[in-house]
Order: sequence, then structure tokens, then C-alpha cells
Amino acid sequence: MPIDIAIVGYAQSPSWERSELTEVQFLFPVIAEAIAMAGIDRRDIDFTCAGSCDYLSGQTFAFVSNLEAVGAWPPISESHVEMDGAWAMYEAWVALQHGDIDLALAFGSGKSSPGDPMQIYPLQMDPYTLTPLGADPTSLAALQARALLDSGRITEREMAEVAARNRRDAVANPYAQISGEEDVDALLASPYVTAPMRDHDLPPFSDGACAVILATADRARALSDNPVWIRGIDHRIEIHQPGMRDLRESPSTAAAGKGAGVADGPVDLAELSVAYTHQERILTDALGLGAGVKVNLSGGPLTANPMMATGLSRVAEAARAIQRGDGRRAVAHATSGQPLQQNLVCVLEGER
Amino acid sequence: MADIPITTHVIEFPYTRTLGPVIGPFLTGLRDGQILGIRSVDGRVLVPPTEWDPETGMPLDPAGLVPVGPGGVVETWAWVTRPTAKHPLAHPFAFALVRLDGADTALMHAVDAGSIESMATGMRVTAKFRDERHGHITDVVFVPEERA
Repeated sequence: MPIDIAIVGYAQSPSWERSELTEVQFLFPVIAEAIAMAGIDRRDIDFTCAGSCDYLSGQTFAFVSNLEAVGAWPPISESHVEMDGAWAMYEAWVALQHGDIDLALAFGSGKSSPGDPMQIYPLQMDPYTLTPLGADPTSLAALQARALLDSGRITEREMAEVAARNRRDAVANPYAQISGEEDVDALLASPYVTAPMRDHDLPPFSDGACAVILATADRARALSDNPVWIRGIDHRIEIHQPGMRDLRESPSTAAAGKGAGVADGPVDLAELSVAYTHQERILTDALGLGAGVKVNLSGGPLTANPMMATGLSRVAEAARAIQRGDGRRAVAHATSGQPLQQNLVCVLEGER
Repeated sequence: MADIPITTHVIEFPYTRTLGPVIGPFLTGLRDGQILGIRSVDGRVLVPPTEWDPETGMPLDPAGLVPVGPGGVVETWAWVTRPTAKHPLAHPFAFALVRLDGADTALMHAVDAGSIESMATGMRVTAKFRDERHGHITDVVFVPEERA
């Protein structure tokens, strides 16, 4: 059995359409704030893991310079994943399982604004059959949405209702980029961007960062009277070719949810990586979340989508919601690859 | 003012590379005007063909490469109003998952349909090969079957 690990600190930057700061500059205060919340010194951290994507910077080994925001002297033990920060947290969680260390920092960051994600993201696809087609994230999401619409499991109005609810919830979120009261009929009257997706069905591509501090049980209790416990965490992947899987389902999310123990107790709230409105239905079905579960109280990725930090932000938002008293047991979900190809599920629980 | 020296640099990858026993024949097939799929361990025909079986991870036998299409059915589609510079067509078109005749999985590709009104789930499309082909996935584009 895995040993208990808790979140004792977390912080996020706002989600910016375009930050004038460098990635290091906006990472620095985020990491400092997470460390301050945990009540530790940066030199107390035994292991650091970062998640970012060099393709966004257009520079090889760009992730190395992000360590300027961590402080790497005296020498530190660190690692990097070319993935969302949620997978950096997974690696930190695994490192803590060994039992020889008791404090870890995980963070995710991305500055997508200098490039065009619609042209950069096809580079993550199969280099022979998909990258040469310019298979972009909006089109891939649209293929998935159409399949779900055709199956009758969702309507375009229900998709717009997800957007309107997320934007309304985001009004109270200081990190959100898009928020406000929306009229669903007005949203539905807007033109398609890539049919069946309208503007409100699509996420912003944002700049931003998120960091969390993990601690083993004894250390967590010494540092905090209200730690948020990681009760389970798992991630699974599916085949890459979008035409070789049923886009209407997410068996990898279901498997990760089972592995993380989602069904082992009642779920009060969930922070899901719903970057496209129709995906909320796919994910809540895969995780077996009923109507009573509060989904994306933060507004979710449709209102704040810092590349490479969106998944870890779900963990931070869920931890914040638990500590705020919105619920005791939460599910955080991160995704990677083309429409929900790879999924990470984490079950969080409050102390009380 | 001194003459500015001008130097010409040629950037090259001084090696050749093989696309392997499955992707190689698939792209060579496109150059020759044919689309190939491959038989999986459980007997399904996968398009595009893969070197390894998606379910078991076992290597797939290149002898199991079989012609599919050129016609097929649109399983789902997306209408691209404003193509990017990386898209295969410069005017509005559809991306679609096309299940080719004889295949058990769908190929993602572009459908040059003219207008969104010409697109529907379940419609038939067919491969239209470019006159000049290079062994690339973009050697082909799909069009509605009645317009072929």
C-alpha cells in the first residue's frame, strides 16, 4: 500500500492571455508563495519536479532555466517531465513513497503566448500520418464533440450551459482569465469556429504557473493543522490514433479513477480538465460522478488554461476548495495528448 | 566600407532513414495510389497500419498489409472555417474520421467538400490522389463520393 502523502502548500499565478514576464519571472513568486504557505525554507525541499514544454518556448532545454525560480544552490535533487505539472506531482509522489525523503516541490508552467498553439500542437502527433495534416487541438476536439452529439448524449445547448456555468463560477476566481454572466441563447447564436465548436466551447491558451508542496504524513502534521491528503493517484493512456478508439468514452479516465479509488467514498467536488465543453460529460460519466458532485467551482480550464499547469491547477483548486470548506473529499483530473488520450486522476481528502 | 563576406551554408542530415516494415510500405503505397491497412492479432484491419498490435503490443506481420478503400464512410467530422498554414488545404474543409471499405478503424484526414452543407455523419467519401505524389500522407485528400 502507498504511504500517506499530503499537500501542505500550493500557489498559482493568474492565467494571462499574454504575460510580459518571462516564464522564470512569473514562476518565482508562485514557488515562493507555495513554500511560504507550507512554512518551510526552500533548502528543506528534498526533491523538485517540474512540468513544462520546450516546444512552447521554441528552445531546447528551456526547462532548465526555470530552475532559476527554484534556487539550485546548494545543489538540489530535481527532475523534469515534458508534461503538465500534474505528472510532475505524480513523480514527486512516487519519490516520496521510497520513505527516504519527506518534502517535495512539484510545479508546472507554460508561456504559450509567443507561439501559435494551433500550429505547435500538431507537432505532438504521429509524425507520418497526423502532424503533416496540421491536426490541431480544436479540430480534434471538434471530431470528439460531433461524435458525442451524434450519439445523443449531449446537445449544443448543454455544451453552452457548461461554458456559461464555468464563466459564472470564475467570477469569484482571482486567477481566471475569462468570466462573467452569459446568456445561453446568445452563446448559441454565435458562429462556429470549427463546427460544432463555437468560441465558448474552446479554452483560452494562457500563460501561467502552479506549484504544490508535498509532505509525508508526520512532516505534514508538524507543518499544518489542515493538510489535504492524497488518498489515491493513478494515470493511464490510450492508443494515439484518434480513429482507433471510441472518442465518446474515456476508458483511461475510468481506469485511473478506479486505481485512485474514486468510488471508495462519496465525492463532494471535482476539478476536471474540461478544456472543451463536451468533455465534462465524457469525464463525469467515466468517473461515475453523479449530479450531486460540484464540478469545476473554480471555472475550470475553459476560463483559465495555463499550458502545462492546467492539470496541476486542478489539484490546487481542489485543495483550496477542501480547505475553504466546500467539501471534504474531492477528485482532481489532468489530461494530456489529443482529446483525452492520457488521463491522471487524484483523490484528495481534508483532515476534517 | 569593406566588402561584406557572404557565406553559403547548406544544412543537411547526412544520413538516410527507413520508415520501417509497415509505415514504409504504407507511404510508398500512397505514392503508388493505394491505401494499405494491416491485420491485427485479432484479425481486424487497422488503418493507418501500425507496427505493433494496439491491444497486445505484439509485432504485426507486414505480410498482413492489405489494400483498403478507396471509398469509405465518415464517422465524425469537423468543419475548419479558417485553415492554418499547416493544414493540407488553404480553403475551408472538413477534418473527418473515415472508415475505409475493408477497414475496422478510421483514418483521420481532410475532406474537400466545398461547403459545410455537403458534410454529414455517415456520408460516403473517396480518396482522390494528387497527380504529383511523394510518399506523404498529403498525397491524398478525400472528396464526397458523388463528386468523385
